[in-house]
Formats: sequence, C-alpha cells, structure tokens
Amino acid sequence: MASSRELATPGGGSGFWPIFRSLRSALTSRALPVVAVLLGILAIWYLGAVWLNAPFAYDVAARSDTELSFAELLSQTMSQQRPVLPAPHQVAAEMWKTVVEIAPTSKRSLLYHSGVTLSSTLLGFVLGTTLGVVLAIGIVHSRVLDRSLMPWIITSQTIPILAIAPMIIVIFASQGITGLLPKAFISMYLSFFPVAVGMVKGLRSPDAMHLDLMRTYNSSRLQTLLKLRLPAAMPFLFASMKVGVAISLVGAIIGELPTGAVAGLGARLLAGSYYGQTVQIWSALMTAALLAAVLVILIDIASRAVTSRMGVR
Amino acid sequence: MNAPLAVSATEPVISARDLDLVFQTADAPVHALSDIDLTIRKGEFVSLIGPSGCGKTTLLRVIADLEQPTGGTISVNGMTPEKAREARAYGYVFQASALFPWRTIAKNIALPLEVMGIDKAERDRRVEKNLALVDLKGFGKKFPWQLSGGMQQRASIARALAVQPDMLLMDEPFGALDEIVRDHLNEQLLKLWARTKKTVVFVTHSIPEAVFLSTRIVVMSPRPGRIHEIIDCDLGDDRPLDIRETPEFLAIAQRVRDGLRAGHAYDE
Repeated sequence: MASSRELATPGGGSGFWPIFRSLRSALTSRALPVVAVLLGILAIWYLGAVWLNAPFAYDVAARSDTELSFAELLSQTMSQQRPVLPAPHQVAAEMWKTVVEIAPTSKRSLLYHSGVTLSSTLLGFVLGTTLGVVLAIGIVHSRVLDRSLMPWIITSQTIPILAIAPMIIVIFASQGITGLLPKAFISMYLSFFPVAVGMVKGLRSPDAMHLDLMRTYNSSRLQTLLKLRLPAAMPFLFASMKVGVAISLVGAIIGELPTGAVAGLGARLLAGSYYGQTVQIWSALMTAALLAAVLVILIDIASRAVTSRMGVR
Repeated sequence: MNAPLAVSATEPVISARDLDLVFQTADAPVHALSDIDLTIRKGEFVSLIGPSGCGKTTLLRVIADLEQPTGGTISVNGMTPEKAREARAYGYVFQASALFPWRTIAKNIALPLEVMGIDKAERDRRVEKNLALVDLKGFGKKFPWQLSGGMQQRASIARALAVQPDMLLMDEPFGALDEIVRDHLNEQLLKLWARTKKTVVFVTHSIPEAVFLSTRIVVMSPRPGRIHEIIDCDLGDDRPLDIRETPEFLAIAQRVRDGLRAGHAYDE
C-alpha cells in the first residue's frame, strides 16, 4: 500500500554525519561573506586610526618644526604609544604578545585574565539558565506566579547593571564573599532574563491539539511537561541561551570593574583606562568579543546536535 | 489495558440526556449543543454529520471530557466522562495527526503507553502490532515529516489503538486528505472495525463517507447545535468501495442529504 511517493528518503535520521555535513557546508557557504565583512571593517578601522590619530602626529611635527609627508603621517598614526584609536595590527601584536608569548600563569597574560572572566561567566550562565528555566516552568504552571513574577522579571532588567553591580559586590563582600561568586551572580542576574522569557514562550508553544492529546491519556502535569512542553521548548531554549551566554560575559566583565582591578578582562580594561593604555584596552575588548563568539558557536553546535537527534529536517 | 467491561451487545456505552452546552464568549453566549439525546451501543459505528457550527465536534469532545456540558447528563461506560477518560476508555483521533515531530513513528505510538507506565517490552510489542494493523510495518524508525499525510494519519490511528480502548472517537480524521487516500483509509478503517468490533464515534462532513462507514448516522443542524435526525444504515458488514453505486447506498445518502437540507432550511 505504500506507494513510491509515500516512501521516505533514507539517511535523514539521527547521527553524527548530518551534523558534520551541515557544519562543512556552513563553513564553505558562509566563509566568503564573513571574510568580506571582516575586510570592510579592517579598512574602516585603518581609515579611522589615521583620521583620529593625525592631530597628535601633526602636533608632534609642529613642535619639532618639521613637515609631515603623507607616508610619514601614515606610519606615525599607526605606531603611537597611546593612540586615540590603535591600528588593527597594533592590537593584533599586543594580543599575540599577551596571549601567546607570555606564560598563561603570568598576570600579564590575556589568557590568564580570560580564564578568570570565563569561569565566572560560565558559572553565572549555568546559574542563570537554571534559574530562568525554573522560573519559566513555575510561570507556565501557575497563574499566580504568572501574574506576580512576570512584571518583576521585566522590571529587574530596567535597573542599569552598571549601577547595581558595585552594590552587589559590596553586599557580597560585607558577608565575606569575594572573587568568583559575586561576579557570577551579576552574570546570572543578566542571563536568567532571556532564558526565562524565551522558555515561557517555548513551554507554551505546543498547540491545543497536542495538549488535548495528553489530556486524553490522563497525563499528569509532570508527564506533559517532560514529554511535550520541554521538547517543544528546545529551539526557544537554545536561542535564548545564545543571548544569555553573551550577556553573561558582559556581566562578568562589569563585575570585575569595581573589584579594584584584581584579575579578569574587566580588570584589564580598567587598568588600561587608568594609564591611558588604549592598545591594552582594545586588545582586551577584542579578546572579550572573540570569547563571546566562541561561546555562542559552542551553543550553536550543541543546538544542532540536539535538534538533529530530535529529527529536525 | 484491562479486561473488556462486561457489557452485553445491547448495553449503551454512551448515553446522553438533554445535553446542553453554552460557550460564554466576549460578545454573546454561543449555544453549541442543545437538547442532545443520544444512546450509542457497544460495537456500533456512529457518524455525526452536519454543517460546520452544528456542534458535532463539540459533542465528541464532551464524550471525551475535553469540554464540560452546561446542562443535562452524559455517561460513558456507565461513568462520568471524566472517570472514563481517567480509565482511558477511548482513543481519540484528531483532524490532524498531532504526531510529535521530535519522536519517531514508533516512539509516537509508544507515547500513551509511556504515560500509562507500561513497561518497555510490552510497549515494543504493542507498537509492532499496531504498526502492522495500519500497514506501517517498517516505518517505526521514521520521523513524521518523512511520511505522507495519509501515513501520518494512519500512525495516529495506531497510536489511538495502542491504548487498547473499547472505543474510538474520531474527529474528521481524513478531512485533510485527498479523495483517493481517503477512500483507501475508509476501506481500511471499516476492516479494522469489523475485526476489532470497537465502538466508533466518527465526526465527518462527507455524506458518502458517513454512509459507507456507519451503522447509524446522526444528522445535526446548527444554531443551536442539535440532533435533527438519526438514520439507520444497515448495509451489512461487507462493504466494498463500489457499494457506493448501489441503490440502497444512494437511498440512504439521499435521506442524509434531505435531513441536512431540512436542518439547514431552519436557518434561511
């Protein structure tokens, strides 16, 4: 009775190969546009560096009573100690020095500082994701929680994090808690929000027919949660986790600003701004951006692995 | 599931008296069901037919305890619909297959069994049995999107049968399928019914489908949703598709059509 039209194509199921294949095609089809944009950014960056650093170069030249040729101007705007905007290769050189050349155990190593920031980012992200999922489950199952919690969850994000972060550090410190935990708390405070909002939507995404179906089976709320609501919410979870992990990193960096510049990318930024070390600031910034990109890509890979196991086309 | 309930062939399985259901909507109350009196006996194949808005789906949902009536009484297997639902007295087939896209066909059929807490070996046994029953042997490892609409709907029937209910409640299960697939599934459903002798309540808006499948046809009319007429349909157990050309078949179809028209005339 199964006509050939009805017969399904083989090999669409689960397994490692589909993931690998999709990754490879993603690399080849996306690499070109990404590189094009990167080159564009670099070009603008170089132009900006020349433009913004030129006044200082002219100033120096005027004081020593010399005229600058265009070639001299170019080279001088790209080799200043404390440029307004360091040129990309200056930042790259600084990153190379602080990531590769200096031992990761040294306090001058960006790898060391990244590790410090990453640990509180990840702890805060795990706590925030857990909190967000738990809140969403509560909100979806209880009208009282829906009415009472949701407005406060939204309000919590209207408070400027820059204002509340030092207070959190101070309060934790007064209880003798310093280091990782207060920073992770700030990350959690930021990252629970997209997860909670996304998961409320995701847990409510099953359509009425699926919910009716579970009801005809006399399914308990827990069974409906585990077998219907949570699987249906997976795409929402991963989308909000991508947002969550990025702002977790922001939270961790902000949490490092008021701690007196001990360690971490935030401390590096702060130290750089104290001493006008713009090259150091920009390399810390770029490292943070790269770190965020890596984290988002890791979640994307996890998301692909899960959705391909769930039979998504 | 359990041993079949000890009911004689004439004992009513579903019995509704003066059933009323009014939906409170924002602008005006909607009288979805009004004065429904209906008795369905064990082993019957009863179709509910009528234009949209006549309450046929609502009546099915009341039997399934997916809606609560606002007046009258109804019993299913001698209990309230709620108790019957909790005892998993019926399998429900929706307009769409309602398969979970993240589960394979076999896993979808096993879903109600997981909810019921049936062990893995028995689950696997029932999945295989019901896959064979709807001619989907070998498709257990496919995901729903890899199957055609007709195959998906057959999988959803297998899922309803896996519970081993005495009763099937079917809400326009073939409404979204093309006519050839629909004919085919009607034939299969009839064979399935003849083999298992389950009580079937079947919602449809197709006259040939109702006449072809049913032992009784309940003609309903809208605003308020009510029973206009109940027509016996005694074409015998053996019904090949070309029975639809016979004078007996056409006569019953004509009666249903007249009934629907008379129920509708009220409106104009």
